[in-house]
Amino acid sequence: MVPTEAYVILSMVLFAMGTMGVLLRRNAIVVFMSVELMLNSANIALVAFSRQWGQADGHLFTFFVMTVAAAEVAVGLALIVAIFRTKQSINIDELHLMEG
Amino acid sequence: MQSLALIAPLIILLPSLGTFINFFWGPKLNERWSSLIGITASASTFVVWLVLFAYLNGNYYQPAIVDPPILDGWIRIPSIGLEIPWQQRIDTLSMAMMGFVTFVGTLIHIYASGYMHGDPRFSRFFAYLNMFLAFMLILVSGNNLLMMFVGWEGVGLCSYLLIGFWWDKKHGVGIKNSNAARKAFIANRVGDFGLLMAIFLAFWTFGTLDFYKPTEVTNPHMMETLASGGGHGEETPAAEEGDHSEETPAGEEEGEGDHSGSAALMVSLTSDLTLEQEGDHGEEAADSHGEEGHAGPVIEHTDNAHLAFNQLGIFAQAEKLAKLGEGETVDRGDGTTMGRMVNFGAFELDIDTVITLITLFMLLGAAGKSAQIPLFVWLPDAMAGPTPVSALIHAATMVTAGVYMMVRANSFFYLAEFSSLVVTIVGVLTAIIAGYIAIGQFDIKRVLAYSTVSQLGFMVAAVGIGAYGAAMFHMITHAFFKALLFLGSGSVIHGVEHGHHHAHEHKHNDHGHDEHHAEEFDPQDMRNMGGLRRKMPITYATYLIGTLALAGLYPFAGFWSKDEILADSWIAAIQDGKFAGFIALGLFAAAALTAFYMWRQIEMVFHGSPRTEAAEQASESVWTMTVPLIVLAVLSLLGGFLNIPSGIGLFSFGLQGIFGEHTLSTWLEYSVLHLHVASFQPLIAIISLVLAVAAIILANRIYGANKAINSEGLDPLEANPASRRVFALSNARLYWDEMYDRLFITPFKRVAAFLANVVDWAFLHDYFHDTVITKGFNGIGRLLSQPVDLGIIDGTVNGFGRLARWISGGLRRTQTGYVRVYAVALLIGVVAVIVFMLLPVLQG
Repeated sequence: MVPTEAYVILSMVLFAMGTMGVLLRRNAIVVFMSVELMLNSANIALVAFSRQWGQADGHLFTFFVMTVAAAEVAVGLALIVAIFRTKQSINIDELHLMEG
Repeated sequence: MQSLALIAPLIILLPSLGTFINFFWGPKLNERWSSLIGITASASTFVVWLVLFAYLNGNYYQPAIVDPPILDGWIRIPSIGLEIPWQQRIDTLSMAMMGFVTFVGTLIHIYASGYMHGDPRFSRFFAYLNMFLAFMLILVSGNNLLMMFVGWEGVGLCSYLLIGFWWDKKHGVGIKNSNAARKAFIANRVGDFGLLMAIFLAFWTFGTLDFYKPTEVTNPHMMETLASGGGHGEETPAAEEGDHSEETPAGEEEGEGDHSGSAALMVSLTSDLTLEQEGDHGEEAADSHGEEGHAGPVIEHTDNAHLAFNQLGIFAQAEKLAKLGEGETVDRGDGTTMGRMVNFGAFELDIDTVITLITLFMLLGAAGKSAQIPLFVWLPDAMAGPTPVSALIHAATMVTAGVYMMVRANSFFYLAEFSSLVVTIVGVLTAIIAGYIAIGQFDIKRVLAYSTVSQLGFMVAAVGIGAYGAAMFHMITHAFFKALLFLGSGSVIHGVEHGHHHAHEHKHNDHGHDEHHAEEFDPQDMRNMGGLRRKMPITYATYLIGTLALAGLYPFAGFWSKDEILADSWIAAIQDGKFAGFIALGLFAAAALTAFYMWRQIEMVFHGSPRTEAAEQASESVWTMTVPLIVLAVLSLLGGFLNIPSGIGLFSFGLQGIFGEHTLSTWLEYSVLHLHVASFQPLIAIISLVLAVAAIILANRIYGANKAINSEGLDPLEANPASRRVFALSNARLYWDEMYDRLFITPFKRVAAFLANVVDWAFLHDYFHDTVITKGFNGIGRLLSQPVDLGIIDGTVNGFGRLARWISGGLRRTQTGYVRVYAVALLIGVVAVIVFMLLPVLQG
């Protein structure tokens, strides 16, 4: 049986990779994918803890996270498509219209 | 019987009701109802008076003090011991006053209903008359000085309203009327100041304003006499009287037992209040009460000896204090004692000085209300009011208030010899000067007005020599015949006015145009009259009776009352050697003047032939006017028998058997402590009669036989070079008003002009206002607006704004719009929060 620590470490590594992706990449699609990575790392941790304590709560939360992630992607992708149509670019560094 | 006195408040309430009805609903009422209400209100007071009179007679003349239920505790401030109840005093003095006020007042109301016919403010006039009556009755029935003052001011107000009643007459007459009203009011105010000062002084000194407290006996000696008389019906031995008043046998009065005659009339108070009869009063007056030894008096308390000092009214307190020797004290009843010295805080005064001051201030008050020198100037001008007003207020009632006050305060005046001397001087001078001025007047009412002033001088002089009873007697008879004369003059004026209109209508019809309409015609000017004897027979007959009564001819009312004053002055001067009495002998001159100017008036108005068409066409007045005249004429004829003197001798004709001796004086004595009566002095009676007859004959020689006004419209005295100046001076009223102009009005106007132009305009307005206030204000305004408002306040507020803008300008740069910057910030924040949360764990 794989110990919980291994899952947590995997989760941390994936979360750190997702974070780096969000912070460093300029392509909006990749940033999205990085966000998904962070969400899924969280899901791994949830499921791992859920298994360790023998409780179903973690599983349940995982489904919520997945649902929210799906909804977010649907909205996010639509936005990105719309932005691309007007700007011909999805480089988020070029999208700073909202600066103060 | 006792409860009968409880209706006393009605005597004020009923005329007040009349006032309210006529005042508020008067304009909706017609003349008939207005006058009916007014007359009913007035007549009902007389009915109340009759009931009260019956009560007083049935109660051995013991004064009743009535507290109306609503006004109980009128002014009460316990913390400073101030207690002034609203109490009505029903005693013989107030009843005497109320008697003629209500009776003459009612007659004048009836007369006014005829006289004021057709006046647009008819109901208002009756409202005022009723209001006057109510205030006059408050004045005379109050049991304390403050109530008297309320009435005093009230009648002053009504006098003002009524003198100026015709303020809207055209051709400048209205202005004259208003000015007369103001003059009366202002002259009265000067007097009111005096009365107020007297009230303040009395309150400070005695701690109360009540004349006599309900527990007190007004005249202890009389009460004892009564008690014994009423209880046993035995003859009281008449004590030998010292000097002047002859001993009189006790007069039977209404089955009432007897009075110990004039001996009892002398001052005496029982036990500790007994005044030593020294000096001018000769021997001890009456020591009867101590020796008679009656048992079982009907009235329980016969003296005030059992009463504590602070349970006494002002008069008994004064008597008690003035009797104290040096260093003696009296227990006030509340643990404190009081000696002769009255403490005024900063200084102390002897009680004699205080009483002298009080009486002098009272004299000033009386000079204002009773038209004495130097304040008499208002009364002749007051004739601007409608004639019933002149009769009611300015002859019969209001002007007597000053004399009433002084008689009421006889204890004070008795104790203050100096004041009494001043009072005598004022009275005699007033009598003579006013009599002299009356000779030179042409206005029918003005002559009577000066005559009133002169007669009031008689009364005041009587008070001055201590003849309080004589003063009251003359006041009552004078009320009858002066009201009669005024109403008669009103009837004459009415008749002449009608004659004037009548004459005009004739002209109008005859010629078709009216050229005389604008011509000035004065229906009060005696030069426009003459020969009215045949046109107005009732008025003439009654007027003649009034004239003879005023002139003092036997047996008319004026003879008895004037003679009593003259006899008293004679006694005071010759027998007692009193200086004031010698001065009062000057009244003989005034009496002669009275007869002279009254006969002059008769000749001018009624005798001879008519001098104008108006007089030719004059007609007799309506019955509402003539009936009061007739009633008053009867009273003028018989009024003197109220008080027939003792020792009447040849003049008697059995009168005293019919009418009783000293009836009024004996009656009054129950409330007038220091009243004393004079016996009849045949010499005085003869002198005064001879003087009066001689003056009438002289007047007849000068003015009779149609010589009253010569062809040039001049008075015979005026036309005669020998007397021209004397007449001119009289006609000009001794330039008294002009003197006032010089002394007071012109300086007052100058001061007012100075105050207005220099002080107010130049200094206050121009300098103080413009320079100090305006510039100062501007300076402060500038200071506040420039540095303070713009600098500090605006600076602060704007500073905050700038600060906010500067900070926000800096913070703005953090909003880059780059998603990754926000993400980093989020990350840092999350890490920071986690570190913060984990801090205890990490440290632990």
